[in-house]
Amino acid sequence: MHTAIAELEQAQTRTDIPAFRPGDTLRVHVRVKEGNRSRIQVFQGVVIRRQGGGLRETFTVRKVSYGVGVERTFPVHSPSIDKIETVTRGRVRRAKLYYLRDLRGKAARIKERRDTTAS
Amino acid sequence: MGMTGILGTKLGMTQVFDEAGQVVPVTVVQAGPCVVTAVRTPDSDGYAAVQLGFGEIDPRKVTKPAGGVFERAGVTPRRYLAELRTDDASEYQLGQEVTAGVFEAGQRVDVTGRSKGKGTAGVMKRHGFRGLSSSHGTQRKHRAPGSIGGCATPGRVFKGLRMAGRMGAVRTTVQSLTVHSVDNDKNLLLIKGAVPGPAGGLVLVRPAVRGGAQ
Repeated sequence: MHTAIAELEQAQTRTDIPAFRPGDTLRVHVRVKEGNRSRIQVFQGVVIRRQGGGLRETFTVRKVSYGVGVERTFPVHSPSIDKIETVTRGRVRRAKLYYLRDLRGKAARIKERRDTTAS
Repeated sequence: MGMTGILGTKLGMTQVFDEAGQVVPVTVVQAGPCVVTAVRTPDSDGYAAVQLGFGEIDPRKVTKPAGGVFERAGVTPRRYLAELRTDDASEYQLGQEVTAGVFEAGQRVDVTGRSKGKGTAGVMKRHGFRGLSSSHGTQRKHRAPGSIGGCATPGRVFKGLRMAGRMGAVRTTVQSLTVHSVDNDKNLLLIKGAVPGPAGGLVLVRPAVRGGAQ
């Protein structure tokens, strides 16, 4: 990669994003623009994947809203993310939790990750 | 139309976020600095144009005829030369610098470059043929062109029939791309979308011919 491109990407990379993994439950505060005023919308759910690298990295959050599964994919370094809060950390054995789509209710729960297991 | 265009090097592609937070795919072009090496006027040459030079080169590698061009313009030798037709050529002086600043964000541009060579390519890749069926008894002919013409009439294959062969490495222009942003300090142009050629290839950026007057 050319240094000019590396600098360009470096300038846009966010350093205020906390570490999180698939299986974690996040509260993603998204800036939503309506007309000329903007407000913060919170999207809470389970991270089912992280994909890509560097500036191109994205993650997908899944939640079940009124019985309907909703998934939103965000670029990790998107400026429209106000902040990310980690609600719980989950213990999972996959990097991509697509199996959650077929589960609902109790079966879709994820065990909490303990610090004793390598975190 | 106070400008003609600029020569540059394609550095590669990346993505940037726009004001709305949307991801925009951009090609980064090191545009210029170019110098005016010659000005063509209708009186002396029969047409109006500006010749631009771009890129570093070892002065020992410059041929004598090319060296004369740079000497007359009073500039150090450049690797590439390109001539651009423009009616206001007389407004340019020899040795004048042309930088990325001639473009502004939001402007439409045409980008010309030499496309990546693909070598010998079949008709599916080269011309977008559909090939033959993957089943129904087709044997060893899945990517073949099919029929190339009649039999005894006309008794030959028509000229210009599209077949397999060398693909790529030809001059290609992509029209009406948008300039996402301009970095005057580093002479960088961020152009939305892809431009022809490999990273490191020479590209020519000009104001778009389509889309009405600038």
